[in-house]
Amino acid sequence: MSDFPHTPPRFSATFTPAVNAEIRRAAASGIYDIRGGGTKRHLPHFDDLLFLGASISRYPLEGYREKCATDVWLGTRFAKKPIHLEIPVTIAGMSFGALSGPAKEALGRGASAAGTSTTTGDGGMTEEERGHSQTLVYQYLPSRYGMNPDDLRRCDAIEVVVGQGAKPGGGGMLLGQKISDRVANMRNLPKGIDQRSACRHPDWTGPDDLEIKIMELREITDWEKPIYVKVGGARPYYDTALAVKAGADVVVLDGMQGGTAATQDVFIEHVGMPILACIPQAVKALQDLGMHRKVQLIVSGGIRTGADVAKAMALGADAVAIGTAALIALGDNDPKWESDYQKLGTTADAYDDWHEGKDPAGITTQDPELFKRFDPVLGGRRLKNYLKVMTLEAQTIARACGKNHLHNLEPEDLCSLTIEAAAMAGVPLAGTNWIPGRSGGF
Amino acid sequence: MQTFDLGKEGLRALNSSLHALKGQTNMTNWEVVNPKGAHAIAAGVDAPVDITVRGSTGYYCAGMNKQATIRIKGSAGPGVAENMMSGTVIIDGNASQYAGATGRGGLLVVKGNASSRCGVSMKGIDIVVHGSIGHMSAFMAQSGNLVVLGDAGDALGDSLYEARLFVRGSVKSLGADCIEKEMRPEHYAILEDLLKRGEADHLAKPQEFKRYGSARKLYNFNIDNASAY
Repeated sequence: MSDFPHTPPRFSATFTPAVNAEIRRAAASGIYDIRGGGTKRHLPHFDDLLFLGASISRYPLEGYREKCATDVWLGTRFAKKPIHLEIPVTIAGMSFGALSGPAKEALGRGASAAGTSTTTGDGGMTEEERGHSQTLVYQYLPSRYGMNPDDLRRCDAIEVVVGQGAKPGGGGMLLGQKISDRVANMRNLPKGIDQRSACRHPDWTGPDDLEIKIMELREITDWEKPIYVKVGGARPYYDTALAVKAGADVVVLDGMQGGTAATQDVFIEHVGMPILACIPQAVKALQDLGMHRKVQLIVSGGIRTGADVAKAMALGADAVAIGTAALIALGDNDPKWESDYQKLGTTADAYDDWHEGKDPAGITTQDPELFKRFDPVLGGRRLKNYLKVMTLEAQTIARACGKNHLHNLEPEDLCSLTIEAAAMAGVPLAGTNWIPGRSGGF
Repeated sequence: MQTFDLGKEGLRALNSSLHALKGQTNMTNWEVVNPKGAHAIAAGVDAPVDITVRGSTGYYCAGMNKQATIRIKGSAGPGVAENMMSGTVIIDGNASQYAGATGRGGLLVVKGNASSRCGVSMKGIDIVVHGSIGHMSAFMAQSGNLVVLGDAGDALGDSLYEARLFVRGSVKSLGADCIEKEMRPEHYAILEDLLKRGEADHLAKPQEFKRYGSARKLYNFNIDNASAY
């Protein structure tokens, strides 16, 4: 042994311990990693934006005294019965099957108490959710599991799902361990088998067909229901324009931070764009067509706080949707179940094996024993509280920017902390008038 | 008999009138003239009425039908009887793509040929095609019966679940996880009934058909089956 000091161990930036662990896992198991949730990588996000607040040129509104409205109308383009929500934070589509019946009930309770809507998912409409949701959006998915005209008529809006942010271009997968008798029956499939949800709709292809499909859905429901079209964050300018052309009342745009019940990790982490990059393109498409605010835009994917709500709306969205955040509000990934998470080889706030049906919080499971851990009344109350807090936070920011309605927030209220976010969001880098790729200099 | 001139009165008026029949049955016979390939004719009907469309239809005729018997005296465009729940749809001519897609019940009869993806994702519907069907038919078909008196195109029954496929003629190729299966007495009984209700019992006998179904090897993911995907 030389007396010279050794070169200290040096980890590769390419072959990191995490990368190597995944290689070993794949080599041992022969299957790609499947998990729930959205991307976990660091991305330019709403945290990279700041509001400027009022100054000499703009005056603020008095907090708790001067009105800052939060309501939103959805579906005003063609539907005879557009939706009016008290707050612009909606609950995104999550399936019965992925979630338990009590969890769907809690989403309905919380959303209704806060004056907003919930959304079904891939697996059909449950009585728990319809019964407890004042306003329920019924998803029309490629799998058409449980699809029927009676539920189309008793929903409040229809969402034609073309894609979702976690996996634009991908279908769904509900693994056999979550296929209970009830889930199997609703989906017309045998119990215990892996259920593929198709990635494409079975009876239309492309925007021209979509236009006819939307017309059919309007005819079946006598033109009463608002029809949303949901797309993942892939080509938001063109997808938004084509959805408008096809006759959508509302475009729902889901960035790659948006969650899924289960899909391949490689899909979640490597396909799609962050929501920050998607919103301005969608808004531009609407503006170019003269349809901004006429066709409403709902955005989702990583919305966590009232600040995120306000920033999304300042960029031009009419409303937002939350999925992962709603589950956390209900009690998902709560540290109080830490010992159970440890037994599953994970830890609170990192648990994402929702597809295995062993959720210690009793939310993403079909196990009746685990259901008992979850109280839908309490869960609903927690969700209502959270939605109210998000709304108050967004109002606080809007008043500071001098706005008497959340819809009056605008890109001019924002600046960016990073060049990347400035380029994506189309707002100037803080302290400059520079929007990379668009205009200006220092 | 109520006669409805679609060319004059328009689609919205037709479907609105048909939807108003829900819960009452005193106008049981309808005739739609001048369809001229319009889309979504008689979509969303939920009443035990007889509707005859005199001519060819566009996309999604009889979509999500419940209870009604709908006869198309011509050919049907894509997605005829899509997601049908119950009732009967009978097409005198040919059917375009996706006939009976995702259908959950009822009977669809195509007296001519059906194009590609006939019975895609079917979930309980029965389909009887007097002629032949195109490629990728019964893709991901979950349940129900598809009876074909003629031939089937490429990749029949790809990724099939529990639907039963009966083909009298040739099958160009079978899709992933679709295999020929034994015809047992209960299958002859199903065929006999479907041929009769599908107005085809004078054209073919149950003994002339072969049955195809799922090998059930792809029901739970296995990396050794990766080449099948």
